[in-house]
Amino acid sequence: MKLQRNGRSKALAIGAVALVSSLSLAACGTDDNTKTAAGGSSSGSAAPAAAIACAKGGQLLGAGSTAQGNAVDVWKAAYGSACSGTTITYGAVGSGAGIQQFNQGKVAFAGSDSALKPAEVDASKAVCTGGQGVNLPMVGGLISVVFNVDGVDKLVLDGPTIAKIFDSQITKWNDPAIAALNPGAKLPDAEIQAIHRSDDSGTTENLTKYLAKAGGGAWAYPAAKTWAGKGGQSANGSAGVSAQVKQVKNSISYVELSFAQTNKLNSAAISTGASKPVEATAANGATTFAKAKIAGTGSDLALTLDYATKDEGAYPIVLVTYEIACDKGNKADSLDLLKSFLTYTISDTGQQAIGQAGYVPLPKELSTKVQAVIPTLA
Amino acid sequence: MTSSPPATSQGRAGRSRRDSRFGDKVFFNFSRGAGILLLVIMAAIAGFLAYRSALALGKNEGNFLTTFEWTPDGVKPVFGIAVLAFGTLVSALIAMLIAVPVAVGIALFISHYAPRRIAQPFAYLVDLLAAVPSIVYGLWGVLFLVPHMDGLTSWLNEYLGWTYIFDQTKNGAPARNLFTVGILLAIMVLPIITAVTREVFRQVPRMHEEAALALGATRWEMIRTAVLPFGRPGIISASMLGLGRALGETIAVAIVLSSNSQLSLHLLDPGGGTFAQNIALKFNESQPFGRDALMASGLVLFVITLLVNGAARMIIARRKEYSGANA
Repeated sequence: MKLQRNGRSKALAIGAVALVSSLSLAACGTDDNTKTAAGGSSSGSAAPAAAIACAKGGQLLGAGSTAQGNAVDVWKAAYGSACSGTTITYGAVGSGAGIQQFNQGKVAFAGSDSALKPAEVDASKAVCTGGQGVNLPMVGGLISVVFNVDGVDKLVLDGPTIAKIFDSQITKWNDPAIAALNPGAKLPDAEIQAIHRSDDSGTTENLTKYLAKAGGGAWAYPAAKTWAGKGGQSANGSAGVSAQVKQVKNSISYVELSFAQTNKLNSAAISTGASKPVEATAANGATTFAKAKIAGTGSDLALTLDYATKDEGAYPIVLVTYEIACDKGNKADSLDLLKSFLTYTISDTGQQAIGQAGYVPLPKELSTKVQAVIPTLA
Repeated sequence: MTSSPPATSQGRAGRSRRDSRFGDKVFFNFSRGAGILLLVIMAAIAGFLAYRSALALGKNEGNFLTTFEWTPDGVKPVFGIAVLAFGTLVSALIAMLIAVPVAVGIALFISHYAPRRIAQPFAYLVDLLAAVPSIVYGLWGVLFLVPHMDGLTSWLNEYLGWTYIFDQTKNGAPARNLFTVGILLAIMVLPIITAVTREVFRQVPRMHEEAALALGATRWEMIRTAVLPFGRPGIISASMLGLGRALGETIAVAIVLSSNSQLSLHLLDPGGGTFAQNIALKFNESQPFGRDALMASGLVLFVITLLVNGAARMIIARRKEYSGANA
């Protein structure tokens, strides 16, 4: 109740809200309340109300990546409670389907785990009159290598070792390769129960991207959503994998940061060649984003992540998902709302809000570049 | 139309004849429409699956029947149903081996052994098992059944390991294997088989039973000579109904089974997969081509299910004389 009143008065303070709309606001407020109760980020969605420059109203449609679904939910709730008369709909249908819908002109923006491919950019020119689809980095994430070994709280691994563990080339916890990285740790003489995703998933794709780059040749497969490694067991979804790691002794797996946090699983630190192993924390993930090179040109901010980074405190197994919109030729009726919404999502408050939901807030170095592009969308 | 009601009350005869004609017509058209609708739906499903599969099968670079991997969205699209067909049939077979004898036992208990006061609530309880959603079975399976399977699997491994199929080669792995899936499926199909078999056993002519008893048969001999032969087609069709569900079970298998793309006869090692489970796990993130490939596997499952049902029909038709005794 308190939260709801708070949000309303702040929104009123922005002004230009008539008595009638405060009624609809109250309705939004209730919705917002349940959302934050579920997400556990109470301050996150109440605070940004002050930072949102609302568009006049209207409807904005988006579709795509499931990985950023929760992030968009958090933003939608906060934006919707601050700006009455706006409706934002995001269908978490998968990146490929999202881009397809964007290129058919069905949605104003697409969420995607990977940047547009050249053929998809060409296809986007048909909907973006006079322009083309551009990638705007928006949601950062991090993959934890989680483990459950009795008597071991801290574990250090490096790229080649992780690759070999998940490919059944290392099968015992007291293998010399693991012992060398963990001097003094009491590693048991037990079989490693490596668990991977049984469903196709972007998490698998991002982990295998890392293994292919930083695995020192130990990972012989291309990066893909379908698991290719030998041996091990599998479970369905991040939740299923987390449950297995909790249940099965001597297990190891990989999940996004939020699942490691909420399930209280131990995460391995990664030995990257920096002076000390890098812990799996949001701050360390942000460091990697800060150093990422921009591969796109002009308004296109597609990133090249350095999985083999040796920078101090840069956690290498990260992923970035994009919002894809037209640089020119966006739909006129939803352009204002699109710009207003994206301005909020890349703002500090927007990024902090999803940080509390287990994502990695993008660092200033990167977010300022995105902030500069959004007003130029037309 | 010819069978007009006997005109008992003269005054209303005309109207009631008109009414019944109209009602007959409506009901006839309704039931014929329902029958046609069923055929149309079946044809639409088959046509849709066949069309989408044809799109995928043409570009498959592996052998659809013998390939183990399922990577239709890879650089080279390769996918095959060998592992899926094997896992589907083996898990369903295990389920049948366990469920059918137990279900027949339960049905006999309800129809012939239990006192009426107990039989009724007991039958109701079994029916209730059928109402549990399969995702609940799945969660129960992975959170309760799998951890409690360790004792049984290590016992099987120790004493029956020489049979190869019960040889456990992956130590310490949880029992998320085809054997556990088979047990879970057995529990899920148990109420279906029980319910149908029970009804058939109830219809055994009282005369048959009494004749057997009069000839000096014990109760077990009476069941063996009178009840079971009469009920056999019923047991078979009930089993086929259950088998259909076991073959197509999706989410419970997807949750419990630790799937991979290896075909192994070691039933106690995690691995394998089934058609429905594979579709459920791969559909969300697959590209349009991958979806067509999944449709192709769906078509195979559709055909297998049709064959199973056809086989059941044939068996029942051959044994019509028993059902005839009831008429």
